[in-house]
Amino acid sequence: MQYVIITFLWLAILLYLVLGGADFGAGIIELFTPTSMRSRTRKAAYQAIGPIWEANHMWLIIAVVILFVGFPVIYSTMSIYLHIPLVIMLLGITARGTAFVFRNYDAVQDNMQAVYNRIFLVSSFITPLFLGIIAGSAVSGKINPEATDFLSAYVFCWLNWFCVAIGLFTVALCSFLASIYLIGEAQDEYDRKSFVRKAAVWNVVAVVCGALVFIAAYFENIPLIKWVLGQPIGLTAVIAASISLVVLWLLVIRGKAMVPRVLAGFQATMILLAITYVHFPNFLILQGGERLSLFKHQAPDATINALGWALLIGSVFILPALVYLYYRFQKLSHDGEIEH
Amino acid sequence: MAVSHYKWLKTKNVAYQNVAKAWSKGVAIFFATGAVSGTILSFELGLLWPKFMEHAGPIFGMPFSLEGTAFFIEAIALGFFLYGWDRLNPRFHWFTGLVVGISGLASGILVVAGNSWMNSPAGFDYVNGQYVNIDPIKAMFNKAWFSEALHMTLAAFAATGFAVAGVHALMILRKQNVQFHRSAFKIAAVFACVAAILQPFAGDIAAKSVAQRQPAKLAAMEAYFHTQPNSPLLIGGMPNEKEKKVDYAIEIPGMLSFLVYDNFHETVKGMDQIPVEDQPPVAITHYAFQIMVGLGMFMMLVAVLYFVALWFKKNWQGSNWLYKLFVAAIPMGFIAVEAGWTVTEVGRQPWIIQGIMRTADAVTPMPGIAYSFYIFTAIYISLSIVVIFLLYRQIKVVPVVYDKPAPALNLNNA
Repeated sequence: MQYVIITFLWLAILLYLVLGGADFGAGIIELFTPTSMRSRTRKAAYQAIGPIWEANHMWLIIAVVILFVGFPVIYSTMSIYLHIPLVIMLLGITARGTAFVFRNYDAVQDNMQAVYNRIFLVSSFITPLFLGIIAGSAVSGKINPEATDFLSAYVFCWLNWFCVAIGLFTVALCSFLASIYLIGEAQDEYDRKSFVRKAAVWNVVAVVCGALVFIAAYFENIPLIKWVLGQPIGLTAVIAASISLVVLWLLVIRGKAMVPRVLAGFQATMILLAITYVHFPNFLILQGGERLSLFKHQAPDATINALGWALLIGSVFILPALVYLYYRFQKLSHDGEIEH
Repeated sequence: MAVSHYKWLKTKNVAYQNVAKAWSKGVAIFFATGAVSGTILSFELGLLWPKFMEHAGPIFGMPFSLEGTAFFIEAIALGFFLYGWDRLNPRFHWFTGLVVGISGLASGILVVAGNSWMNSPAGFDYVNGQYVNIDPIKAMFNKAWFSEALHMTLAAFAATGFAVAGVHALMILRKQNVQFHRSAFKIAAVFACVAAILQPFAGDIAAKSVAQRQPAKLAAMEAYFHTQPNSPLLIGGMPNEKEKKVDYAIEIPGMLSFLVYDNFHETVKGMDQIPVEDQPPVAITHYAFQIMVGLGMFMMLVAVLYFVALWFKKNWQGSNWLYKLFVAAIPMGFIAVEAGWTVTEVGRQPWIIQGIMRTADAVTPMPGIAYSFYIFTAIYISLSIVVIFLLYRQIKVVPVVYDKPAPALNLNNA
């Protein structure tokens, strides 16, 4: 049963990275679009994220609930030492969600909209940045439970070059996912071209940030290269991701939309796989090499069984409905029925 | 919302459809802010109380994981519902609206079940500081869950019902869109009033359960310092915690005994039988309890008047006083809910898990936690302001959108 739970945990993180990431990315793209072009970008982006955004944070909540029910020691350790970045990330999620509600549900259209927009765009950037920082910190081995002063216990474990580089990489990855996704949503050739251009730019940014991660890892003495390339699964994942990237661009150039989306999601999956597989079953690496493992630090069997069944039964109800929801809105938005 | 929608499907009266649509936007706003604050909450548990979650997570996590499921279903159903007008099969569309309501209700009950475990820990054995023989199902169905969930569910219906009915009553008094607001008022008022009349009985069940499990909390609620037979019920008053007495209270001898034991002579345990280090703050708990009960009584009175008026079909719609009472009741349900939560949470102190773990031992070791507290407080305050502001703007737009019902129907995605 523990494998069922770990699978769900991994899938929840992956889906949040891909779906939530594309959602954040749409905001980031708009943030980095010249002001004169923003409303056009926004119109296309709305169509994509509008109806289904409510479901996205659920993936994060599922991951968190699995952690605190199934792996409470990992959850409590993270929330003690990563308190500050978690709070900032939550502020980002809150500000973004609230601003989005305003953009969508405010009955009166006036210049307040500009304020919501600003908040929405900035928090779209902050949130994935700190998600990346938190993820980086979990594997960086910088969390130090023995630290006695405030800065080294609660600040430097996440505020270092490696974590920040991962944060930036996450931001770039989200924007890349979003622009690839939005290519298919473009209503005319002009929009399409502009999203293709954005996707290319963000692809380059992601590669640069990825390089930064490796450079930072080198200076922080984190054996990242060995982790990722030192074992067959990681190596395969990296090769598969590179090949799929080439295929993706060939298809984009030939005007395809659907397959590149899948391939972009595949990229994110491979990146997550390469990072997580090498550490499995460890989830959190502390300073001095102590590891918090998903096997050793799991809850008692009765809880694990109950949680596993809850997840299995829940997904029987949820997944078909969710797939149907995505399907309906795909159809609706292609018929041009949803107008924002 | 679902009821109004059903009436529209049955009667084809556009007013009902408009009511359902207008309400669904309110639901959407609440849902979106609820999703955000729920995300915060799942993190906050650990950010503020890591030691509590480390031990309690595996035991009382069950209702939370189920709540996640219910919430997810609600999200999906709401997605269908909001965008499904004129696009989905009407019956299926109505069904998704109903699912929104039911899964919302289920979420509420499940979260309260989680809380009730803190009041009435179950499903594990506490041996030498270790939590062993964990049974999450037993933990979920602990002794307190039913009374708490019943009380809170009714409270939710009453609070929402009165707030909604009150707003529509205000609009009727202002003579705006009277047909629209009357249809809306009636549905909301019936829900609110039924809940308000049932609530005292649920409260009685809850209080009896508290008396059994948490005598300290009951004593604090009643500001009942000295154990005595024919225990009196105090109404109002200002508890003086130093001198262990209550000033200016109305005392009804034997009433407390009656409420707890159905017998005027039985002795109820007072605060003096609780060790000093285990005593909750009396004044806050007592005031909060008085506020909750007082507002509850007022709402029950309004509810009884409403049904009397309906029953005798008096021409009450012409005179405005009943509407005015409903307007007065707009914030009351929510204040009563908050007061009630203050009672149950402050009344449990100094424990975070009744009798097992103290709150002080559960809090995060990180220094400067006060700043996090300020940040979270600010988040919740701003979320509340946002919700009120948005709802206000929605209400303001009603005359524009629903005055001419027919052409306005396509505006729901605007």
